[in-house]
Amino acid sequence: MIGGLFIYNHKGEVLISRVYRDDIGRNAVDAFRVNVIHARQQVRSPVSNIARTSFFHVKRSNIWLAAVTKQNVNATMVFEFLYKMCDVMAAYFGKISEENVKNNFVLIYELLDEILDFGYPQNSETGALKTFITQQGIKSQHHSKEEQSQITSQVTGQIGWRREGIKYRRNELFLDVLESVNLLMSPQGQVLSAHVSGRVVMKSYLSGMPECKFGMNDKIVIDKQGKTGSTEDGAKSGKQSIAIDDCTFHQCVRLSKFDSERSISFIPPDGDYELMRYRTTKDIILPFRVIPLVREVGRTKLEVKVVIKSNFKSSLLAQKIEVRIPTPLNTSGVQLICMKGKAKYKASENAIVWKVKRMAGMKESQISAEIELLPTNDKKKWARPPISMNFEVPFAPSGLKVRYLKVFEPKLNYSDHDVIKWVRYIGRSGIYETRC
Amino acid sequence: MMCDFLFSLVCTGEIFELKAELNSDKKEKKKEAVKKVIASMTVGKDVSALFPDVVNCMQTDNLELKKLVYLYLMNYAKSQPDMAIMAVNTFVKDCEDPNPLIRALAVRTMGCIRVDKITEYLCEPLRKCLKDEDPYVRKTAAVCVAKLHDINAQLVEDQGFLDTLKDLISDSNPMVVANAVAALSEIAESHPNSNLLDLNPQTINKLLTALNECTEWGQIFILDCLANYTPRDDRESQSICERVTPRLSHANSAVVLSAVKVLMKFMEMLPKDLDYYGTLLKKLAPPLVTLLSAEPELQYVALRNINLIVQRRPEILKHEMKVFFVKYNDPIYVKLEKLDIMIRLASQANIAQVLAELKEYATEVDVDFVRKAVRAIGRCAIKVEQSAERCVSTLLDLIQTKVNYVVQEAIVVIKDIFRKYPNKYESVIATLCENLDSLDEPEARAAMIWIVGEYAERIDNADELLESFLEGFHDESTQVQLQLLTAIVKLFLKKPTETQELVQQVLSLATQDSDNPDLRDRGYIYWRLLSTDPVAAKEVVLAEKPLISEETDLIEPTLLEELICHIGTLASVYHKPPSAFVEGSRGVQHKRLPGSAGSGESVESPDTGSAAGVSEAPPAVIPSQGDLLGDLLNLDLTPPTTTGPPPPASSGMQMGAMDLLGGGLDSLVGFGAPPAAMPASFNVPVSGGLDDLFDLGGGVGMPMGVFNPPKTVWLPAMKAKGLEISGTFVRRAGVIQMEMTLTNKAMSVMTDFAIQFNRNSFGLAPAGPLQVLTPLSPNQSIEAALPLSTVGPVMKMEPLNNLQVAVKNNIDVFYFSCQYPISMLFAEDGKMERQVFLATWKDIPNDNESQFQIKDCHLNSALSRFLCSLEVSTTQLTD
Repeated sequence: MIGGLFIYNHKGEVLISRVYRDDIGRNAVDAFRVNVIHARQQVRSPVSNIARTSFFHVKRSNIWLAAVTKQNVNATMVFEFLYKMCDVMAAYFGKISEENVKNNFVLIYELLDEILDFGYPQNSETGALKTFITQQGIKSQHHSKEEQSQITSQVTGQIGWRREGIKYRRNELFLDVLESVNLLMSPQGQVLSAHVSGRVVMKSYLSGMPECKFGMNDKIVIDKQGKTGSTEDGAKSGKQSIAIDDCTFHQCVRLSKFDSERSISFIPPDGDYELMRYRTTKDIILPFRVIPLVREVGRTKLEVKVVIKSNFKSSLLAQKIEVRIPTPLNTSGVQLICMKGKAKYKASENAIVWKVKRMAGMKESQISAEIELLPTNDKKKWARPPISMNFEVPFAPSGLKVRYLKVFEPKLNYSDHDVIKWVRYIGRSGIYETRC
Repeated sequence: MMCDFLFSLVCTGEIFELKAELNSDKKEKKKEAVKKVIASMTVGKDVSALFPDVVNCMQTDNLELKKLVYLYLMNYAKSQPDMAIMAVNTFVKDCEDPNPLIRALAVRTMGCIRVDKITEYLCEPLRKCLKDEDPYVRKTAAVCVAKLHDINAQLVEDQGFLDTLKDLISDSNPMVVANAVAALSEIAESHPNSNLLDLNPQTINKLLTALNECTEWGQIFILDCLANYTPRDDRESQSICERVTPRLSHANSAVVLSAVKVLMKFMEMLPKDLDYYGTLLKKLAPPLVTLLSAEPELQYVALRNINLIVQRRPEILKHEMKVFFVKYNDPIYVKLEKLDIMIRLASQANIAQVLAELKEYATEVDVDFVRKAVRAIGRCAIKVEQSAERCVSTLLDLIQTKVNYVVQEAIVVIKDIFRKYPNKYESVIATLCENLDSLDEPEARAAMIWIVGEYAERIDNADELLESFLEGFHDESTQVQLQLLTAIVKLFLKKPTETQELVQQVLSLATQDSDNPDLRDRGYIYWRLLSTDPVAAKEVVLAEKPLISEETDLIEPTLLEELICHIGTLASVYHKPPSAFVEGSRGVQHKRLPGSAGSGESVESPDTGSAAGVSEAPPAVIPSQGDLLGDLLNLDLTPPTTTGPPPPASSGMQMGAMDLLGGGLDSLVGFGAPPAAMPASFNVPVSGGLDDLFDLGGGVGMPMGVFNPPKTVWLPAMKAKGLEISGTFVRRAGVIQMEMTLTNKAMSVMTDFAIQFNRNSFGLAPAGPLQVLTPLSPNQSIEAALPLSTVGPVMKMEPLNNLQVAVKNNIDVFYFSCQYPISMLFAEDGKMERQVFLATWKDIPNDNESQFQIKDCHLNSALSRFLCSLEVSTTQLTD
């Protein structure tokens, strides 16, 4: 299992060092610094083996987190743990920066002691941790006996993510369907690969231990119900249901029930959390189409024309549109003309960045650029990186629709109707690239 | 709050300052002081001098302060064991605290203090904590047993903690179960034979129940433990799989991959014709693809694992090629791994897409990635024959870019393409030669030299080209030197007149001026060959080379099986067995996939027969003798339906008896070797006779070369002026022999025997002269055995196995024809590697293939082996 965990700043100075196993010595701290942080080369692997010791690292801004081991550990678990560690730290003190780590080092040690025992990850749900590990460190002494046993039963219990006795005057929940649509298109407009990776994020302010049931226009479920004849929602949306390639759930969801009945039922954590992630590849609405035209005029000039077309209902508005057109390294000057928005050549990024604040559906816009090049004797041709695009649209490109989210709390006197529910769809660009 | 000053303690004066603060009466000051101490400890400063002062702060009701002191203790107790004892009292007292959090904290910390005297005191509190009413304390105590075991294994055993730990597997709290499983798995790893984790259906059931309820981490511990279990039969295997599959939808990738590991392993036991087997295969693909949308580090681990999974079960992801396309912003380690998998998944169906992508990648920035992409194009050419032409032209385009490393990489792969498709793409050689001067890497130079040597007869200035390399011979790497030596010898053999000087030069460079023994030895061998027998030299040096296989850098099957058992772990990331990077006893155990259920019948349905027959080979490459015999006996003597666990190793004596029985049977049937030879064959596990016999146990009496047909009269005396020849063909120790009885029925003495064969279907020819030493007097018979080879000239005969023979003696020349049994040509070791088999199969032109259905055939391994060997012969036929 994990033998030790170190946190370094960008210079390679140790900020936190916690050793769990006897086979990890102090020299391991230095070995990682010398061989990875101070290595001249770009990082070639997130796992490195130095002198029969394995190091796993992740980077958050300029902070390095490294887990060390000499055994054949579960590598996936180690990385998952490192991410979780980052989440927990962020939940306690915000951004993971050198200053924050230094200011909270006692807290971090306390957390590390709790969530990693002899290198085995323990309960790491912030909801539970916050009940007994606090930044003040005082709270723990004032727990009554019942409170203490409540804490321990929550930390070890079946529903480790929620404590009992939560009360709200107004029972409310917010559902965000956040999708990122990814595209790789050939210059000729052929879709090389496209997929949507979506997340359903929930903010729940519900009293007691509510039992929730979540439903969406999942093809498998709809088809099943289609036989019994209740597909009103589907008919409205035009597209009845969507095929979900795969989905994963927060640990609160009863997986065996999903596996057998494909129903999503759970007792939610309190506050913010990610209910599910999913991935679809069929019938994706690609909100924008990018049509590039690059012409090399002699050796010292390039003409680029890029047309973007919005491909969704004209009543909807896309926002934060940004098109990034890469330019060769030997660019000396750029002249730009665009119909809409603002465009700028950013020499430091070797790209033309074209920003459009808003754009309605079924419209098109274009930019043309003349790029002047310095003559070079570099043999290698310019690699022509793809044109990438960013945007945000108020619908789900996968076509996913939330059909219901039912809340039952048998012990308290509020019913499903009393809960105020909000649903919002946001589609964003993931890696949305068109080769040119 | 605290700031940077905590991290900037330097001078020794501060130690005194800290000492004073630690002994201060004010609680806050004390706490701040301890924090400063911990901060210095973190950055690696030695603050052990403060030990007594810090330990004095331990007696406090401030939990935060207590935790800090504990942290200090864990770090320095080992260096100050005597003083650490001072802390014991507090620990023991804390273990009795009414607050479960404090009880757990005490037992958790105590386990981390590796001082013998303290561990002694730990036993009693630990025992209590293992039975504590609070699950939080129990789950902490469970891990503590593993800690204690790491410090003093004997103590743990003596104190009976292992039994208590086992009891915790039945605990009502899922997290306690999970931690107990983790602790037991770890302890079991250092005692490979202890049977500590006594996994039986009942405990498995408990684990599967806990799996649904515990934390994500607990699920990982349980799944990893489950993967070590071997179900009794396919039904149990299926029911476990059914309960594990829901985990594939977990948000935690480690849970998903561990579940994949369990499924991949237990799938081995499921019969392939089962519906559930297909369902399971389909269920595995989506979660694996989903892993690729995780963070890059996890993607990397996932890709390394997918690489293994694709090699073991290519069918799972064969339709998912697109998800492995490289994204521009992927980190380089993800790009390289994706590329690897793309090549593995490349097939005729998707090759166009793959090639288009690879071409795109070859223009990227990262040198390693570009190189790998170029190499990948070559590998596609070798793998998918239909694409070879396109690949070659793509490579030529890339060579035209003149980017140095692209050119070099392309040349290396083109060499491989030549070896796969000889005499097809040699037209590109001219283009390659143009780039000769730009090559500076040994591998590319060696490849180019090989090409020049191999095709010396088509390159007009081959001698000049090679000579140019010779100038700096001693500065070249060994690889290049060896290749150059061989190439020049090849050139000499092809154009002996013009290149005599060159070959002498290189031979003297290699033998006289080099310190490298390999080079020197090779030089001498060539020299001697050339000087004694140029014809032989030609045969050796210019021999036809075997084609290279289409799949390169596959992981060796035994290792692959072991790695599949380690999915998700470091071993699967490194693609190395744990023993290669883990020290000590841990991880030395080699894991193996379970054998499939009823290996005799259910798997080898007729349509998969040939493939399955090959893949069913015992997993270990060189099994120890005992194992092999055990397996064979097992296969043979127990009814095929109950393929239970192998017989216990203790029955060595008994096994000996079985052997004798086997041997007896062998001699009774009278196959092959006489009884006296039997013991010898036992010492050689690969001996054909035994192997065959046991394989035959299934009941199909297929003549496998050991059966010798009786002699028949080939040449009656009437037709041959008194010489009668009767004979038969046998196969002994891998050599085909023609055994003849020559009888002189004439009145005069016969001498000067000689024999010759006409050209025949399989190229049979006498491997030596006919040995008839004595002159054959009238009415005398003589036995003659003539060893045969199959390298003679070939001509198709009718019937196929017809052989025309001419025998000469001092009287006349006589002709006769006889027929030999086809089985005689079969090699004993007819089993081939799956890859080789498939490659050979594909090499047979389609029109030579005929298909027919075998119905209701009880196919056992002997038959499948027979089919394999048949394949070899027919291949020979088509040559």
